[in-house]
Amino acid sequence: MDPSLSLRIADATARAFARAVTTLPPDVEAALAKALDAETDPVARGELENILENIELARRSGLPLCQDTGVPVVYVTLPPSVPLEQGLYAAVADGVRRATTAVPLRPNVVDPLTRHNSGDNTGEGMPAVHVRPGDRLSVTVLPKGAGAENMSRVEMLLPSEVARIPEVVVRCVLEAGARPCPPVVLGVGIGGTFDLAAALAKEALLEPIDAMDPFETSLCEAVNRLGLGPMGLGGATTALAVKVRRAACHTASLPVAVNVQCWANRHATEYVEVA
Amino acid sequence: MDLVTPLGDEVLDLVAGDRVTLSGVVYTARDEAHLRMMQDGIPFDPVGAVVYHCGPVIAGDRVVAAGPTTSARMNRLSGFLLDAGVRALIGKGGMDATVTEQLRGRGVYLAFTGGCAALAAARMRLEGVSFPELGMAEAVWAIRLDRLPLVVGIDSHGRNLFTGVQARAEEAAGRP
Repeated sequence: MDPSLSLRIADATARAFARAVTTLPPDVEAALAKALDAETDPVARGELENILENIELARRSGLPLCQDTGVPVVYVTLPPSVPLEQGLYAAVADGVRRATTAVPLRPNVVDPLTRHNSGDNTGEGMPAVHVRPGDRLSVTVLPKGAGAENMSRVEMLLPSEVARIPEVVVRCVLEAGARPCPPVVLGVGIGGTFDLAAALAKEALLEPIDAMDPFETSLCEAVNRLGLGPMGLGGATTALAVKVRRAACHTASLPVAVNVQCWANRHATEYVEVA
Repeated sequence: MDLVTPLGDEVLDLVAGDRVTLSGVVYTARDEAHLRMMQDGIPFDPVGAVVYHCGPVIAGDRVVAAGPTTSARMNRLSGFLLDAGVRALIGKGGMDATVTEQLRGRGVYLAFTGGCAALAAARMRLEGVSFPELGMAEAVWAIRLDRLPLVVGIDSHGRNLFTGVQARAEEAAGRP
């Protein structure tokens, strides 16, 4: 890869992380403000007020919203003029290392068995980089914190169990309780294979949350009937939104994945000019 | 109510669901710090003290980010602190029936909003550190709070806001 292009990709990656961990997307902040408007429980109101004040302070100070700055998940689109080369992965990893020092990000990435921390948020297979063709060269980052990620699940339903999908989503949130820092955003992947359902669930978290289709709305309402509320202290909003992505699947299977995301639904996109 | 450390019997009047603020010095501790304190002793005066479940980001003498960590990991590790006179634990997500019993007649669990690291840091000043060799996230940091907004999650009479909410959620999930 052209060295100046790989430098620009690393820069864009570092800028995207800096923005993602300090500034929430406007649709997410608006959803939290709307939740506060609709809330009558004083404890829940207090939690949402703290969250909104925290967002404002992080934006003003340029400091991370949350001390768990996550593991790096990165989505790249390449225009027709840029071939997919190994150098792309190296450039993104370089951007992650730079952001770790500059923002700073908490070094969270460890070897899965020895638990040795690399200190720079990279390691084998990390950052997770997903590439697909596009019109422009874009780098989208999704720093994923552990509290909510640990509550995520994949269930392989029977083809006859389509009606159980809402139950899978609701039980996932119920069993997670206060742990994923609600109000959550849920990415739901339906269909595909075991792994594709999970990938779709994660990608769904990148979608704007200010609009839901009728199915997503019905799932969101079912979750909110639990009344867990902000931080599991009770209240009207347990989920800010549910976003669903689908893929065709084997006639004998029905994979359903739920990727749980805390209220800090962090993601940011930067574009790279290609000469 | 505006609470100030060291805490005394005023905590016995608090009821689960009360919103309070806390000022004064608190001590951070996560899993490793609890194990170390059990072995080597508590490095601060525990009478009336407050322990904060938090692994902060510290830069020099500044608290950069200091949101709460999941308190449930300390469910089996907190009895010795309360026996020694600690009056309040701060964290997120609540604690179990064992801790609820250990708090009875003695102290409270205070919930701080998860993910609010910037808000926390804006109301904190670093005062000192014990066990720095445990690393930044696991060391015991002495931090002075200025009116940190908290909710009483578990009171000293056995009322646990989290388990009440969770039980109602279980019930709601069981309804068609």
